[in-house]
Amino acid sequence: MRRPHADTLLYLNGVSVSFDGFKALNALSLVVEKGEMRAVIGPNGAGKTTMMDVITGKTRPDEGDVVFGEDVDLTKLDEPAIAALGIGRKFQKPTVFEPHSVWDNLLLALAGDRRPRFTLWARETGEERDKIEEILTTIRLADLRHTRSGDLSHGQKQWLEIGMLLAQEPQLLLVDEPVAGMTDAETAQTADLLREINRTRSVVVVEHDMDFVRALGVKVTVLHEGSVLSEGNLDHVSADPKVIEVYLGR
Amino acid sequence: MTMLCRLLLLLVLSVAALPARAQTEDAFAGLASDDFDGIGQAVTALALSGDKQAAPTIRALQAEALFAGAEGALLIKAESGYLDARTGAPVADVDEDSLNLVKVNNKVRRAVEAGLGSLDLFATTPEVRRKAAGAVFTSRDPAILPALARALAQEKDAGVATVMREAQAASLLESTDATEADKLAAVATLRLRGDLEAQSLLASLHDQPAAVTAAAATAISAIARLQQLWSIVQSVIYGLSLGSVLLLAAAGLAITFGVMGVINMAHGEMVMLGAYTTFVVQEVIRAYAPGWFGASLFIAVPLAFLVSGAVGILIERGLIRFLYGRPLETLLATWGLSLVLQQAVRSVFGANNRDVGTPAWMSGATQWGGVTVTYNRLTIVVFAFLVLAALMATLRYTALGLRMRAVTQNRRMAAAMGIRTPWIDALTFGLGSGIAGMAGVALSQIDNVSPNLGQGYIIDSFMVVVFGGVGNLWGTLVSAMTLGIVNKFLEPVAGAVLGKIVVLVLLILFIQRKPRGMFPLKGRAVEA
Amino acid sequence: MSRAALWLCLVAVLAGAVVLAGLNLAVPEGASLHVSTYVVSLAGKYLCFAILALALDLVWGFAGILSLGHAAFFALGGYAMGMYLMREIGPRGVYGNAILPDFMVFLNWKELPWYWHGFDNPGFALLMAIAVPGVLALVFGWLAFRSRVSGVYLSIITQALTYALLLAFFRNDMGFGGNNGLTDFKDIVGFDLHADATRDGLLLLTAVMLALMLVVARFVVTSRFGKVLIAVRDSESRTRFLGYRPERYKLFVFVLSAVMCGIGGALYVPQIGIINPSEFSPANSIEAVIWVAVGGRGTLVGAILGAVLVNFGKTIFTGALPELWLFALGALFILVTLLLPNGVLGLFGKRGRKP
Repeated sequence: MRRPHADTLLYLNGVSVSFDGFKALNALSLVVEKGEMRAVIGPNGAGKTTMMDVITGKTRPDEGDVVFGEDVDLTKLDEPAIAALGIGRKFQKPTVFEPHSVWDNLLLALAGDRRPRFTLWARETGEERDKIEEILTTIRLADLRHTRSGDLSHGQKQWLEIGMLLAQEPQLLLVDEPVAGMTDAETAQTADLLREINRTRSVVVVEHDMDFVRALGVKVTVLHEGSVLSEGNLDHVSADPKVIEVYLGR
Repeated sequence: MTMLCRLLLLLVLSVAALPARAQTEDAFAGLASDDFDGIGQAVTALALSGDKQAAPTIRALQAEALFAGAEGALLIKAESGYLDARTGAPVADVDEDSLNLVKVNNKVRRAVEAGLGSLDLFATTPEVRRKAAGAVFTSRDPAILPALARALAQEKDAGVATVMREAQAASLLESTDATEADKLAAVATLRLRGDLEAQSLLASLHDQPAAVTAAAATAISAIARLQQLWSIVQSVIYGLSLGSVLLLAAAGLAITFGVMGVINMAHGEMVMLGAYTTFVVQEVIRAYAPGWFGASLFIAVPLAFLVSGAVGILIERGLIRFLYGRPLETLLATWGLSLVLQQAVRSVFGANNRDVGTPAWMSGATQWGGVTVTYNRLTIVVFAFLVLAALMATLRYTALGLRMRAVTQNRRMAAAMGIRTPWIDALTFGLGSGIAGMAGVALSQIDNVSPNLGQGYIIDSFMVVVFGGVGNLWGTLVSAMTLGIVNKFLEPVAGAVLGKIVVLVLLILFIQRKPRGMFPLKGRAVEA
Repeated sequence: MSRAALWLCLVAVLAGAVVLAGLNLAVPEGASLHVSTYVVSLAGKYLCFAILALALDLVWGFAGILSLGHAAFFALGGYAMGMYLMREIGPRGVYGNAILPDFMVFLNWKELPWYWHGFDNPGFALLMAIAVPGVLALVFGWLAFRSRVSGVYLSIITQALTYALLLAFFRNDMGFGGNNGLTDFKDIVGFDLHADATRDGLLLLTAVMLALMLVVARFVVTSRFGKVLIAVRDSESRTRFLGYRPERYKLFVFVLSAVMCGIGGALYVPQIGIINPSEFSPANSIEAVIWVAVGGRGTLVGAILGAVLVNFGKTIFTGALPELWLFALGALFILVTLLLPNGVLGLFGKRGRKP
């Protein structure tokens, strides 16, 4: 398989997906480097969520390659296997386990043995406690550790979910609209959080909020009708006439 | 016509055998003989004679009302007294002690049947002639061949003529003096008839020329193949019949569960209410307008739709609307409702089966080649397809259907466009329930009308809808028919109960392989 | 479920059984404190149903699997025990055949079908009462959960499963006594089934098993496994993206639950004295669901409470106003789902209390 270079973490080539004749992805190609943060933008129906579904194993592509790291073919794996490889996903709508406390949510997300025969007998270790404490600080929820996560505010749930991603210790984070519905202050804090995460891991952010994308200051990929319309820094794609026509210029 | 027949017959007879009258007299005399062989021959001769007294005399013999008197007198015992068998004229002053009953044994009885058969070959009504020819086919008496040939020559009805030709062929094969060519033709005729009787007749042949035996053997296997084909056709027809019952039971569910996504465990009770509506309609008709009984089902269908539909709307408004988005709770609550409805009907109408009658036009059966179809099953098949067509038309072409589709596809958008979505929900649910009620009218004709009627259909109905693909009426149709036919093909192999179990297990396995049915709706909308 | 509720429930079950059995045995008949054998059997029946409810709550309350076929596992356990009890009759049957149960002699069978071998041994029968429901749940659950059949679809096929078993057990040539089932039992491991002491012993055994199962269930749902299970119940796909395999969690708890049902069924049959195909009827399974709903789904203790309450109500109702029982049961289904989503226990505890 052809490869741009050895630092590639995620490699999508010619990926197509269709639902009942509607092409959600149309020969999409995308490369994410190790340690890179990438923003993906595009109008509704451009294929952003479907792209995430394909990478995380929720949807099987009709054709095309999806390769993670050196040579792992993601199209042959299911969601838990892909998650175990080190790909974490944050959904558009925050999904935390509402009956559980903040602490338990993080505990369940911690990297470790996922098999029933382990979890049935598992006891919390000191190491696990330290890690949870550390993440609680990072996501600014240390005071709410015993709160039922269903009682958190919208923004707090978003952070908890990011914290759960961190607890998974993934190499690649897929983040779907992390600041939708957040206040300006929360948005700024989230941008800081993502930049901090990006110091150790690769991140792909799907976002509508242009100010937020600008604040991140990273390479931008514009999707349209299931394929890449333009790629480059925000100023570059903003100036691209194709982009202006379909997205920004309306 | 009769007169003409008789005249013609007389003419033919007199040409064939000049002393016709004398021959007839011999036959009458023969009846008075004491040995059974003589009586048998006399009956056959009399039947062939064409004498107008032949039929009443032979009938009297059959009814053991024919007596031999002194000096060769033959008397028929009638209600009014004794009649002379030869003339039909009443006879007075009969000395009953001198009379001897003309006795009958099996051989004579066969001759009587054949004889009556040959007489009926000339009857006025085609139905009687057809029956007579059929009787000849069974009795296969070569002696009847001349009469059969005459009857065939004057037969106008093509259907009756066919049966006569078959009877001729059957009798001919029994005859010792028929030519080989005639016998081969006869075998061909029987092969064309192609039913089990023809097969067993051919199988029972003996002492035949080699060529005939060989032809009979090929004919037997040809008929066996044909029979196999017919039994497949019969199974398919039974399957379609069961399939349309399933379709009727599931069509309403295809709306409430398939389109709306509401799990209504009381769906079977909507069917049950429809069946009881039929019962009430018939009771009222019996009491006030017995002449209208034939129309009772036509009155019951719209009424059942209204009754079950109205109950459905009440259920939606009073219960289900509080449980949207909570399918498992809906399931439990509607199950509870089904218990209440069953018990309510039991309290009002009693726990026993109620008698729902079948109008005359739905009774009976028709024969198509080798298959039998009863009219009530046929009516249900037609009715099921009509209901499905009406349902599809409603969804497709009416304003209500348009709104229903709009609400199920995008509730918020529909609401934004001014559609009263709660009202549409209620009407949609009412439509599905009403269709279940109409199904109840049909099921009242083939199932016991009891408070438990609906329970027997609920699992099957869900299976049909899920197997076909939720939200897809065509899928429901294909699924109902497939399940019906598979069931009927499994029944002879595995027995009715085991067949049903096999189908259920296959369905369970199928749903686990393809959880969204045969014809799933795809796309992101489904996930939501 | 708080620790206090757990202890309260354990004590109530065990002490209740001891008191009833004691009053039945020690207090002479006619005395005001005497408890009749009928009441002891009734209590034993309630506790067996409580085991079924507890097992159902484990899968419905904690894994979101609304099984409408759980009574099938219960009945299978019951049949395994019934087969042992049939063999135990020996030559004391109506036809006096030492090997063949009466119904087989009646059907003119000449020898014992292969699947009846070994059931003369109570240990083997008990093993089968656990293994048969367990294996059925394993195969069925593996197929269902692997293909991600869930929600109402799963409910409907579990119902179809018990319906298929119902039809199958009605058949005479299945070799389980057909319509009449298995009955006329004489004794169990040497103890006369009609003796009061045996009845009291069975009640105590049932109470102990129920208590044991409650402790096991409590251990499972409060472990990290249980936390994953609740996560699966509320958002299955999210757990998948965290790297868990929900199907394995569901399968484990489904099989555990089926095994518990099997034990419950095995305890039920000697106390009731009969097992027949009607135990497989879908209505039985759904009725068990309402016990759980009445007590409070996802609380374990609530399931036990609900099973005892509803069945007590059923005994009273069917005795006094039989024609009204179905109205009452139907209304219970409707009212509990509409007005009491957290069951009776929900009336006392805080909303959304953590199990």
